[in-house]
Amino acid sequence: MRRSRLLLFGYLLVCLLISLFAEDYISTRLAYYYDILITIGINVILAVSLNLVNGYTGQFSLGHAGFMAVGAYASASWSNHLDPIFLTALGGPANPLATNVALLISMMFGAALAAIAGLAVGIPSLRLRGDYLAIMTLGFGEIIRTAILNTDFLGAARGLSVSGIYTNLFWTFGVAGVATYVVLALVNSTYGRGFLTVRDDEVAAEAMGINPTRYKVQAFVVGAFFAGIAGALYGHFKAFITPEGFNFFRSVDIVVMVILGGMGSTAGVIMAAILLTILPELLRALAHTQVVPPAYQGLLENRLILYSLILIILMLTRPQGLFGGLTAMRSKTSRAKEQ
Amino acid sequence: MEQVTLFVQQLLNGLSLGSIYALIALGYTMVYGVLRFINFAHGDIYMLGAFFGFFAAPYVAKLFPFAQYDSFTPQNFLGIISGAGLVMLISMTICAVIGVLIEKIAYRPLRNRPRLNVLITAIGVSLFLQNITQYFCGAQPRAFPQLIPVQAIEGLGDLTVLTTQAAIILSTIVLLILLRFIVMKTKLGMAMRALSLNPEACSLMGVNIDTVISFTFVLGSALAAAAGVLVSLDSPSITPLMGNLPGIKAFVAAVLGGIGNISGAALGGLIIGELETLVVGYLRPELRDAIAFAVLIVILLFKPTGLLGRVEREKV
Repeated sequence: MRRSRLLLFGYLLVCLLISLFAEDYISTRLAYYYDILITIGINVILAVSLNLVNGYTGQFSLGHAGFMAVGAYASASWSNHLDPIFLTALGGPANPLATNVALLISMMFGAALAAIAGLAVGIPSLRLRGDYLAIMTLGFGEIIRTAILNTDFLGAARGLSVSGIYTNLFWTFGVAGVATYVVLALVNSTYGRGFLTVRDDEVAAEAMGINPTRYKVQAFVVGAFFAGIAGALYGHFKAFITPEGFNFFRSVDIVVMVILGGMGSTAGVIMAAILLTILPELLRALAHTQVVPPAYQGLLENRLILYSLILIILMLTRPQGLFGGLTAMRSKTSRAKEQ
Repeated sequence: MEQVTLFVQQLLNGLSLGSIYALIALGYTMVYGVLRFINFAHGDIYMLGAFFGFFAAPYVAKLFPFAQYDSFTPQNFLGIISGAGLVMLISMTICAVIGVLIEKIAYRPLRNRPRLNVLITAIGVSLFLQNITQYFCGAQPRAFPQLIPVQAIEGLGDLTVLTTQAAIILSTIVLLILLRFIVMKTKLGMAMRALSLNPEACSLMGVNIDTVISFTFVLGSALAAAAGVLVSLDSPSITPLMGNLPGIKAFVAAVLGGIGNISGAALGGLIIGELETLVVGYLRPELRDAIAFAVLIVILLFKPTGLLGRVEREKV
């Protein structure tokens, strides 16, 4: 444990240094790549946190974008209404320390509300399994979106501008690192083995004195917490959020990352998140070269056609995901030994 | 008195909406009955049904010139009905074939895998159908051709029942009776029921399980396609994403009636349709899409087997 914590601090330090010295250069000279980079970081946070629910705990959530929306709107409203007070107290928007602290506070507010939302979904879902839970979380995501659409305070369908573009490389990749650390540390702890047990066999877990409900709710709350942070970072990066940015297809994006990476394989999920963020950009670039006939451009630009095929083909040929082979193989051999 | 008329009117509107949900819900429940999984792509078969009806209508119009009439007359009645029926039949046939193909390609190889894998595949199929339709047909809503003249039926006093609503309700009744006949009186129907009771014993008795499952998909997809055409009579704007919400609501209807139970699905569909109409009419229109989820939560918390479902114990 101590080594991994050291690793985390080292990683955070590297993030901080890169952010301090290279942020301005990348964000001004390489704006397009900067955008992709931040998006990668946000997607990694989302995928890693969803992996705790879908991968390690074996529940199927289709509403991760809903939690992201809660975080984004909560932190945006916080910044819009309370930043004038906090920022001036801390030294004004010109002070980099002040903006970072303001981001942290609003982020934590968004994450806390998202975690509460996670609790609210987790509690009624405790009796549901598999398909039902998937529908329920899907419904929850839609309800959140509809609620925002009908709340004038949050801009309704017009969208909401976010005051202060605070998101930077340090926070995005720092949180991605922390999320990875938290999920791994949680799952690899004695206590956290319960998540895997609930996934592998709920009845057996119950027989061993593990409370599946409690683990499921915890997975939801932790997952939602980080999704809320991701939403906050997203809002403070794009400076403008709309309910449509958090629709069902956004949730599907994240689910595809988790499945492609291999459910229950954090390294795989991170790779898949990076891959699936870059891939649509590459395809878009490819679509506009001379190589591709104009008739097929739309096919390449529509990422959801690609994603749906990925889902179907993966499930038919390699259900453990691209990078999830190791864990799956190990469990297969151990099961073979038991028999 | 006016209040009563209004209420009855709402109930009638709910009946036509509920008929649509019932038709879709039947597909969910039948597939669940034989395969024990939720066919997420079912709502998109409904969407495809509307689109195939859309493409078939111009050809059928050459045979039966239904498009030129503004109102029903005793002379043109039969022509209009057979024209609209033919459009529906073509769409149902094509969707039945597509349903069988989906089962063969995407679901059959996964039959003995964990249920989560099949669920993910079904989501993949659903997304694929939506987006491939969007790619070929565009995301803009299309105007569905008018198959039957839209007019209020006379002689009902203060109540307004449109011909399209009547068509939806009557077609649903006919289809439900037909389905009941197939499931209860034919050999394949009996095999379906046997399969949902006990797959192993069923195959030991010499029933070809693959055929029965394909047949189930034929029935379910055809009913969804019929729903797609019927709903387009009433609200003639079709989009590639139109299957999403009705699909989910019909699923809730199937759960409400007790998933796996055919009469339950029809009942659940009607209840959801009525509830939705009443909520929109008497509470708040924004809650229209939330009500189905609320029903799902309540039913799963208090009576997970649904209204007509039987209790299934989990065996270790």
